[in-house]
Amino acid sequence: MPAWAWIVLGVVVVLLAAGIWTFNRLVSLRNRVDNGWAQIDVQLRRRYDLIPNLVESVKGYAAHERELFEHVTEARSRAIDASSVPDQVDAENVITRDLRQLLAVVENYPELKANENFLALQEELTGTESKIAYARQFYNDQVMRLNTLIGSFPSVLIAKAFGFGEREFFDIEDPIRGPAEVDFAG
Amino acid sequence: MAGAVLLLAAVGYVLGLLFATGPAGLVIAVGVAIVMSIGSYLYGDRLVLASARAREVAPTEEPRLHNIVEGLAIAAGSPKPRVYVIPERALNAFATGRDPEHSSIAVTQGLLESLSRVELEGVVGHELAHVVDRDILLGTVLATLVGAVVLISEFFMRTWWWGGIGGRRGSDSRGGGAGAIMFMVGFLFLVLAPIAGSLIRLAVSRQREYLADAQGALLTRYPPGLASALRKIQASAGIPMHAANNATAHLWMNQPSRVEGERMGSLERLFATHPPIEERIRRLEEM
Repeated sequence: MPAWAWIVLGVVVVLLAAGIWTFNRLVSLRNRVDNGWAQIDVQLRRRYDLIPNLVESVKGYAAHERELFEHVTEARSRAIDASSVPDQVDAENVITRDLRQLLAVVENYPELKANENFLALQEELTGTESKIAYARQFYNDQVMRLNTLIGSFPSVLIAKAFGFGEREFFDIEDPIRGPAEVDFAG
Repeated sequence: MAGAVLLLAAVGYVLGLLFATGPAGLVIAVGVAIVMSIGSYLYGDRLVLASARAREVAPTEEPRLHNIVEGLAIAAGSPKPRVYVIPERALNAFATGRDPEHSSIAVTQGLLESLSRVELEGVVGHELAHVVDRDILLGTVLATLVGAVVLISEFFMRTWWWGGIGGRRGSDSRGGGAGAIMFMVGFLFLVLAPIAGSLIRLAVSRQREYLADAQGALLTRYPPGLASALRKIQASAGIPMHAANNATAHLWMNQPSRVEGERMGSLERLFATHPPIEERIRRLEEM
């Protein structure tokens, strides 16, 4: 074979290897995004389960917070019935805000803070809230990496050819997150 | 990792040269080194956990700790490690295992009792960073191998001392002078081996601690949490850690002290497995 043929062959091999590498990278990122979404889903479901328990156990002690209970219960059913992702995200944000407020209100009821069952429930809820936040953080990180790869050259060529689409972020309205607002004392 | 295995293999090799005759002893020594390495790969975490007297706890026993570990595992996109508690008053923690699928995080009772949720998240984030980076495999294998080097060295020193192996060599007509030189070389090597082991440990562990601090903060997105935890750990540094020893020192969150009120001298600082805690706090506060 003449020298130019070897060079062409070399270039083809390198391009092929780069293409395969990019493709595999896209697949693994897509899987991570899907996995991240599944994690969020698991934690959101856990929260749906906890809300009725919370309302039930707090109701007896804090009767005049009824409006808050109804609000969070309503947001919960809205989130469960949501047909589109933005609707669901919207309802979840309302739940997050309501629960935060509920847990803050609870501080005014010392009898509740002395109740063993309630404390366990509060830990579960705080834990679930932070797991949701962490799951969302992981999901958004992976979406960003996937979208960056899909959006940049030359990986965009591979992404287009094999139909990899960009994903949507799970947005939160207030970006100031952190375990800080949950419970400093606990 | 490879360094540690090589070190052990080299110890075995030299011991084989020194004390056994012919290739049979050599093969046995290398075989022992390989078996040791595989053993510490497979069972090192159990050994380390047992040496710290750590007890696995159920989610119902320690819901807060379990929730934090699970949350941060989600944030790191890795499986949830197993959760252990060490019945000690000192504030400390470590992670062990061979990969994220087989990992454990252990914290002391004192840590659980004196840290707030955000601080505990900071500490667990740091340990989880070690898990995700696979520092735990290195650390665990090093702990068992360095332990083994020390043990083997001592074993052979004693055997030689009591004349068991040396006696047999003595029956060789060329024995005398060569035997003495062999002894000197062997003695030197056996003294140096544990030191080499510690140096390997030091080299890997100090920079790794900064990295794990940074990555832990990346997981929690809240560097002040870990900084505040480190400050509490520093304030309680005088409380002795009974379960820690030389072979496992580098695994811990902070260098364990073994005597009540122990302070680090300048020589100890040189051989410290961990960077000074003030420096770690400073770096966290700059993030």
